[in-house]
Amino acid sequence: MTAKSKNAKYEVAQANLKKLKPYGDIMDDGTVQLCFTLPVEPSPEAREAAIQLCEKMGFEQIKVATMERAAQGFALFVIYANLKHTVDFTRIHVLKVDAARRSREEIDELIATRIGRKLVVMGACTGYDAHTVGIDAIMNMKGFAGDYGLERYQWIDARNLGAQVLNDELLRRAVAENADAVLVSKVVTQHNIHMRDMKDLMNRAKQMGINEKIVFVAGGPRVTHPLALECGFDAGFGVGTKPSDVASYIVEEILRRSEKQRAPVQVAKKKRPLPKARRK
Amino acid sequence: MSRLNLDTAQIQECRKLAEKISKPVEEMIAGHTTLAIERATLRLLGVNGAVQQSQQVVPEVNVIIEDLHKAGILGQGVLRPFVGAMLDSGLSPTELGRQAALRKVKLSAPPPGRSRQIEAKALELCRQAVAGLDGARTVRDGLRAQVGDRFNAQGKGGPCLYVIVATGNIYEDVVQARAAAQAGAEAIAVIRSTAQSLLDYVPHGATTEGFGGTYATQENFRIMREALDEESKKLGRYIRLTNYCSGLCMPEIAALGALERLDFLLNDAMYGILFRDINMKRTLIDQHFSRNIIARSRIVIHTGEDNYLTTADATENGHQVLASQFINERFARHAGMSDDLMGLGHAQEMNPEHPNVFLLELARAQMTRDIFPRSPIKFMPPTRFKCGDIFYSHLMDAMFNLVGVTTGQTIQLLGMPTEAMHTPLLQDRWMSIKNARYIFNGARDLGSEITFKPGGMVEGWATKVLGDTLTHLRMIDAKGLFRAIEEKAFAEVSRKETGGKGHAGVLTREEGYLNPLFDLLGEGGPNP
Repeated sequence: MTAKSKNAKYEVAQANLKKLKPYGDIMDDGTVQLCFTLPVEPSPEAREAAIQLCEKMGFEQIKVATMERAAQGFALFVIYANLKHTVDFTRIHVLKVDAARRSREEIDELIATRIGRKLVVMGACTGYDAHTVGIDAIMNMKGFAGDYGLERYQWIDARNLGAQVLNDELLRRAVAENADAVLVSKVVTQHNIHMRDMKDLMNRAKQMGINEKIVFVAGGPRVTHPLALECGFDAGFGVGTKPSDVASYIVEEILRRSEKQRAPVQVAKKKRPLPKARRK
Repeated sequence: MSRLNLDTAQIQECRKLAEKISKPVEEMIAGHTTLAIERATLRLLGVNGAVQQSQQVVPEVNVIIEDLHKAGILGQGVLRPFVGAMLDSGLSPTELGRQAALRKVKLSAPPPGRSRQIEAKALELCRQAVAGLDGARTVRDGLRAQVGDRFNAQGKGGPCLYVIVATGNIYEDVVQARAAAQAGAEAIAVIRSTAQSLLDYVPHGATTEGFGGTYATQENFRIMREALDEESKKLGRYIRLTNYCSGLCMPEIAALGALERLDFLLNDAMYGILFRDINMKRTLIDQHFSRNIIARSRIVIHTGEDNYLTTADATENGHQVLASQFINERFARHAGMSDDLMGLGHAQEMNPEHPNVFLLELARAQMTRDIFPRSPIKFMPPTRFKCGDIFYSHLMDAMFNLVGVTTGQTIQLLGMPTEAMHTPLLQDRWMSIKNARYIFNGARDLGSEITFKPGGMVEGWATKVLGDTLTHLRMIDAKGLFRAIEEKAFAEVSRKETGGKGHAGVLTREEGYLNPLFDLLGEGGPNP
């Protein structure tokens, strides 16, 4: 009884957003799980080396849960340790794709009423990349996780060029077929090949003078919005993106651009109901 | 030992349909050759060098075959002009290959009067080439017997643990492969650099840079096999080596793989058509000659049906996999391969959130085992629904391993917790192998202890897939294979008969086409 009433009064500590750190089972314990391999035989010295590395990473109370011999000359560690560092959550600012999420019906409606013609969206896996699982999930009728693909949209003319499309070929087709948006899927990332290919595409687009006319979107498991921006794209989408996420963005972006053209440098621009212009 | 009560009449009909479907294709194959087959022929004769051509290293066989093709005298095959020039110059194949590639000797169509002399010499050279393949096979079989080898095509004794390495650098691959072998791996596959299948030549020499994998070259094969020989002796069990015999150089890879004693080759009659957009005729003609070599060297092929389930829904498209397996089986048999060399592929790729998904996967895997009882079937892990949650991913792999051991799969390509993130790290592979060893040991005899409820969910699903397969094969038979592929019979991909890469490299065999290898390879070889 007494214990119960005591508990009722007990207040669980709230997260300190000014000094945020990892949570295990007690607020601000800073618990982190780590796993890495050192290229030495397991030994007391190897264990000590792992601990010292963790200390250098900013950990304390380092507990080596296991040291395994992964192969001759390789020691694998699983370690739990408490992080000393904190971050100020209230000062964090992240670049995000700027678009409200809409359903397929809403997007079709928006294109029909505000644009009045079908949007041509072209998709491809570029360079040597042959992994079409991502672009297919976005483009194909079937879609992904219950969200229909762009082919299903009444007001989108989706054209999937498939795998290993060269940048030149993609841009040539985009111009020839009056694409409104180009979706590029990159899965292979060894030696940052995805970034090289993406930058190359945008350099070519710039030379052709079409980088402002067409909305360029990148996607892939290792693609993020900031990375896409860095490569000159307009937006980037990562793991778990649904076709309607991409379509929502494309439509908003095309509307933003057409409004910009119709009403150049006006004060009224500030009052625009649509979200802020994208960062380039 | 059939465990599901499947309709054997339906299975027989599927095989008959596959035979009927491939018949016109086999006739087409017999009337053609390709640039790659002619290159492979020269390689088997010993032309395996490379020359410098404007900053690029070009294999000798490419220079020679291109020159003959441009001169319009390849329709009778490379052997007439090549052997003619050998007789004239007195050079060995290797020496002549060098001189011809440097364009110091020009090859030309020999006068008809010399035909008999050339044909006799060509036969002699091809016999030597086949003896070379047989020699490599004997060395390999000897090593297996010497160090011990538990591999069993029917999957008895549990699945073979198969993992991939893919650093891009062959020397780093060796470190990873040795570590994997020590942890318990029994087969190592060196993943090829992205899109090597689209190169119309085999790169030359040892390579240290690749994207998403390491280039397949003769020297890379040799380096890895040498390391695995050493590791096999150290560990007292034979470690298999795998590479990719697909794409525009399929016959050449088969030749080089056989010479360098590879054990497994990924080789599919239709994969290149569907997933690499390689011309249909090119792929089908090339796969046949490749499989002639593979049959002679007794290499186990792995077909690529698992890929169908990554682009098409796995729950709805099980019948496409099975239909393709029947067709792959038929083409392999036509090329002289025996059942114990046909590693028909399939995968566990259904949506993990599907109700009773585990039962459906169990049904499909058991069905594959029951329908191909003598084949070393290969089971591929979940990839499609994997994401960065490595813990969930590890669990998916555990369920996959349980299905594999329960249903008696022969070769189990182990899933990686970091699938969809990066090519496996040493520790990822170690974790996966530990997972598989635990389950393969702990549930070793589970399959023979349980029976499936007659008419229950598992048997019902397998029966449904088999029925759908029969319908699918009937449709393909009615349309013909080429038109069926054009109309998306497999993997929801459409390809045209004259489209795709490599079509220009398909040649009609002219009157007087000469290549004794086709007959010699089919003879079977020593103690089959």
